[in-house]
Amino acid sequence: MTNTPTTQSPAPQGQTVARPESRKSALGSLIRLREVPVTVALIALVLITYAANPLFLGAQGVKDLLLNATIMIILAVGQTLVIVTRNIDLSVGSILGLVAFFTGTLFATVPGIPIIVVFVAGMALGAVLGAVNGLLVTVAKVPALVITLGTLYIYRGLNNAWAGGTQYFADDRPDEFGALSVDTVLGFPLITLIAILVVIAVAVYMVGTRPGRDLYAIGSDPAAAELFGIPVARRVFLAFLANGVLAGLAGVLYASRFNSVGATTGTGMELDVVAAAVVGGVAIFGGSGSVAGAAIGAVLLTTITSALTALRVDKFWQQAIVGVLILAAIVIDRLAGIRTARKLRESEARDV
Amino acid sequence: MELIRNYTKRGNTGKRRAARRIASFAAIATSLALIATGCASGADTSGGGETSGDAGGDLSITFIPKQLNNPYTDVVLGGGEEGAEEAGFAATEIVGPLEASASSQVSFINAETQAGTNVIVIAANDPDAVGPALEEARSAGAKIVAFDSDTNPKYRDVFISQVVAKGVALIQVKLIAEQIGGAGEIAILSATANATNQNEWIKFMEEELASNPEYKDIKLVTTVYGDDDDTKSFQEAQGLMQAYPNLKGIISPTTVGIAATARYLSTSEYKGKVALTGLGLPNEMRPFVKDGTVTEFALWDPAQLGYVAAFAGKALADGTITGAEGDTFEAGELGEREVGEGGVVIVGPPTQFTADNIDEYDF
Repeated sequence: MTNTPTTQSPAPQGQTVARPESRKSALGSLIRLREVPVTVALIALVLITYAANPLFLGAQGVKDLLLNATIMIILAVGQTLVIVTRNIDLSVGSILGLVAFFTGTLFATVPGIPIIVVFVAGMALGAVLGAVNGLLVTVAKVPALVITLGTLYIYRGLNNAWAGGTQYFADDRPDEFGALSVDTVLGFPLITLIAILVVIAVAVYMVGTRPGRDLYAIGSDPAAAELFGIPVARRVFLAFLANGVLAGLAGVLYASRFNSVGATTGTGMELDVVAAAVVGGVAIFGGSGSVAGAAIGAVLLTTITSALTALRVDKFWQQAIVGVLILAAIVIDRLAGIRTARKLRESEARDV
Repeated sequence: MELIRNYTKRGNTGKRRAARRIASFAAIATSLALIATGCASGADTSGGGETSGDAGGDLSITFIPKQLNNPYTDVVLGGGEEGAEEAGFAATEIVGPLEASASSQVSFINAETQAGTNVIVIAANDPDAVGPALEEARSAGAKIVAFDSDTNPKYRDVFISQVVAKGVALIQVKLIAEQIGGAGEIAILSATANATNQNEWIKFMEEELASNPEYKDIKLVTTVYGDDDDTKSFQEAQGLMQAYPNLKGIISPTTVGIAATARYLSTSEYKGKVALTGLGLPNEMRPFVKDGTVTEFALWDPAQLGYVAAFAGKALADGTITGAEGDTFEAGELGEREVGEGGVVIVGPPTQFTADNIDEYDF
């Protein structure tokens, strides 16, 4: 498996591609990219919807698409860091809710607080919550699924106890803060630009740095990674911490984008996030997938909602379609896995 | 799995409160254990058996709203607690789910039945899903008061309605007609697809639009559902704009929906071009009325709803009324109320809010 970092192919994947010597190698490796299916699906979806309803790609339409995807992109990127290590974080919806309410509280109780301070405070709170997850997973050595299912309820419970029926509205927050999700630069809303920066930064980290490659190694085979000398516990802990920070960032942006933040903010978001990552080609058992793919998966899932409405398709079909996409992603993943295994066998046979 | 909040009524003794705290701690511990073992239980953890523990003759009342931690519900329940105290209930409880789904209230009703609560006041998320549980409660001696959103009439004694359902529907149609100049396409953004009150209003709106010649140029193009979820309502509003480019106005007969839609409109190019009205909380809608996104909307005083429900519950429990048509009871400072056809008690007319009067209201 890919334990030799940085020198690997630029494709941000954990899967070993066995020396592509075939004639169609360039095309072949392009098609093998796990991001391809989801990107094709996204482009097809947008074009079909546009053909049926040109307003879909109007100035406001594009802006809405980007804004809808922004928060999900950030969460999916964070989730990818965790899933790649063969873990999962189900508490992100609750973290987002807590941080969003915290953001509302800060603005309402500390008049004139600088926006940047709120961002830092929100991400710090996210970091603490993520660190709790990370510690429980690495120290207690209980599967992350169970740990984060527990913290999902604990964090949501804290939010309920703290917020009660209190809600903070956009009106309580400064106009400049709300403007982050209204104003655009070159057609991109400001908060979407933040999300794109996050994707680039994390992608570079995962493709180009030693600790980033370690995450793939851990997900491919935790025991082998340990033997190889990778500080598995520390890396996994940091992945959860980083995911917490990103969920915190998403929480702050949520407060900028939406009207009210309260006890139920972000409920149920975690499954959408995991779905976005899986649809984007992140293998649920770790070891492969990229943040770019997850980000595109997030865009695809949020775009489906808008597209179905623009096409006037009955809303009740939407969840079924998302389900089909997830199954398709898993089938593609499985086929790719089988093919890689066969190639590996063939090339090993040749080397003998 | 639902999480539960127990509100302890002011004036209870410290000892009782401590006992409850222990009970809820035990409940939390149990929940955690269940979570840890991956078990999905019915969340029947509401410190059972203790609610009506006072000596005979003292009556207990429990409010089960559609969902806790909803600002509108909080105002209703605030009125309910006040009413319960004035009406002379010895113990008041508020329990309920954190999400407004059809089945989520059942376990709370069961717990109240076991606790022997005398009066259960409920706003139904689904008129029939709560039925069997309520029947059980009734056979155990509890009186059932529905408020805000009715259950199937055979499952309750009386229903406390905001206003006449038709009146609420007509006022919203009238407001939107005024705001779009009497012609054009409109849409409705509702709560959940099976909410009793929403569907009744929508039905009356459709009838009115079809039958009243004044509205012959107004076309209702669709009804969408935001599930009383801020994010979802927001995206539904956005979808409406794309799917119906000629849309002139939106009616949102739910406080969450109208606020989310207002937020979307005020941050988009449609601000001031697409009219929005419906039922909203003044505190939540104030900025959107001030910035011109919304010109006029309506609502009754939600606190009165809970207040009257408490008194109706007391009258039922005392045997003063049975819920039959023509029964009357005193509702504290709001005076006498009469039970109308089908066991419905009407609270009062809705108020209309504009930039001129909105500052006079605080709820």
